[in-house]
Amino acid sequence: MLKRLLAVLPVVLGVLLLTFLLVHLVPGDPVEVMLGESATSADRSALRSELGLDQPLPAQFLTYLSNLAQGDFGRSIHSQVPISELLAERIPATARLALLSLAIALAIGLPLGIVAALNHLRWPDRLATLSALTLSAMPHFWLGPLLMLVFALWLGWLPVSGMENGGSIILPALTLASGLAAILTRMTRASMLEVLHEDFVRTARAKGLPERTVILRHALKAALLPVVTVVGLQLGSLLAGAVITETVFGWEGVGRLLVESIEKRDYPVTQACVLVIALTYVLVNLLTDLAYARLDPRVRFSQ
Amino acid sequence: MKHWPLAILLFWLIVAVAAPWLGFQPDAIDLDRILAAPSFQSWLGNDDLGRDIFARLIAGAEVSLTVAMLVTAATMTFGTALGLIAGYYGGWVDRVLMHVTDVFLAFPGILLAIAFAAVLGPGLNNLILALCLTSWVGYARLTRAQALSLRGRQHVLAAQVLGATTPRILFRHMLPLLMAPLLVEATFSIASLIVAEASLSFLGLGIQPPHASWGSMLRDGVRYLLVAPHYVLAVGVSLMSLVLAVNVLGDTLRDTLDVKR
Repeated sequence: MLKRLLAVLPVVLGVLLLTFLLVHLVPGDPVEVMLGESATSADRSALRSELGLDQPLPAQFLTYLSNLAQGDFGRSIHSQVPISELLAERIPATARLALLSLAIALAIGLPLGIVAALNHLRWPDRLATLSALTLSAMPHFWLGPLLMLVFALWLGWLPVSGMENGGSIILPALTLASGLAAILTRMTRASMLEVLHEDFVRTARAKGLPERTVILRHALKAALLPVVTVVGLQLGSLLAGAVITETVFGWEGVGRLLVESIEKRDYPVTQACVLVIALTYVLVNLLTDLAYARLDPRVRFSQ
Repeated sequence: MKHWPLAILLFWLIVAVAAPWLGFQPDAIDLDRILAAPSFQSWLGNDDLGRDIFARLIAGAEVSLTVAMLVTAATMTFGTALGLIAGYYGGWVDRVLMHVTDVFLAFPGILLAIAFAAVLGPGLNNLILALCLTSWVGYARLTRAQALSLRGRQHVLAAQVLGATTPRILFRHMLPLLMAPLLVEATFSIASLIVAEASLSFLGLGIQPPHASWGSMLRDGVRYLLVAPHYVLAVGVSLMSLVLAVNVLGDTLRDTLDVKR
């Protein structure tokens, strides 16, 4: 467990270094790109020294790290607001969206995968497999507008976009959940199919346990282990997917903040959003690994 | 019926390649036909500037497939070479490569490509560069893992004993055994690159107007969703058909070549 924790450190450091270097990838002078052509040279040198761009690179990186350690992400060039405040405003919205999407994906993917496995190669299986395949070929910027068209514009059941209304989270959450739901269906199906042929399932049946108990208590419990890993890994993709989904639906989360900052060439904000999403992803993966170790007796006892 | 994925892929490939000779004018503006519905004159209707959507779809397919294949070719070559070297030599070369790929993999999905495209600025060349910078990682990891297990094989040891040069061992004795998993990986990566190009263009980071791209067409289409749903539907169905076809081909290829994941 300690070893796993230590292994994360170089990754976190690398992520910090790469996001730090992003601003230096701007072709030409980043300050000029950010301020535009109308800025005076006094403005430029003021921003340059505020961002520390007049310092040597290693010194800049150290300042970046020590500022981050104090929760200081710098200020938005566009609005002059501290970026930590912007993030604090937006993170809850993205967290709400991601968690609801996760719940939806689990509610769709697990039952669908189990039903498909129990009806192997019969029509429910074919239908579930085909739906999963189709869903995974629908990027968020196509499924989102499609759901918007059907449920908001034609049927009028849900708001088109924004976040004023209580129901406005449903369409973006469904959109964001689609990819994960498809993956979970395929994973659960494959995992169940494997487990159903195991000896302990046959034993459970031979003991005369009702089929319900065999499936839900014996088979499902073992089949869900690999699925846990996928959920952890995919939670990060949800965060990346939120960038597009939030843009489609005008959902004011971190993803939308990222896209807005790119449009305004507000690079410190872009940098902060990318960093927050990546570090969340690393953290979730770490937690998944630890959870997996707790859940799987083989891993737990081998340590 | 069994070969529908191949048929769809071939359709888009052929129209994309033949686009210059088909006589379509994807950039021709017709202000009398703004957001016109599908008709005999223009099969899929017209966009917000009266341009023919079908003609623009074909131009978009050309961009999409070119970017996907170009990036796949470049990153597969680079990533495979890197993975082979790291897996074969091991030691610090391997450790450095693994740390670097770990860092790249810490950015979920297309987040890193978005970040690169954002700082590099919009445009086709920067789009390709951003996708190249992020898509080599999969090949490097895959090849490295395979090379690690291959380097102890008898035929590789035999080649070493016979005094074969390292490049010869890597490219004649190890690479051919890696081709099956690499081919499967490349097929899936073409599908995800088509989506990635469209995503970046959707965010305004890719191809710039007036040039057509499926991503920017969807972005425009969403604005006119209520008055001209045919716009979004035409682009979305095209994108989905191509991605689905390539993914199914990837699945078939994986089963045929018996590649485990």
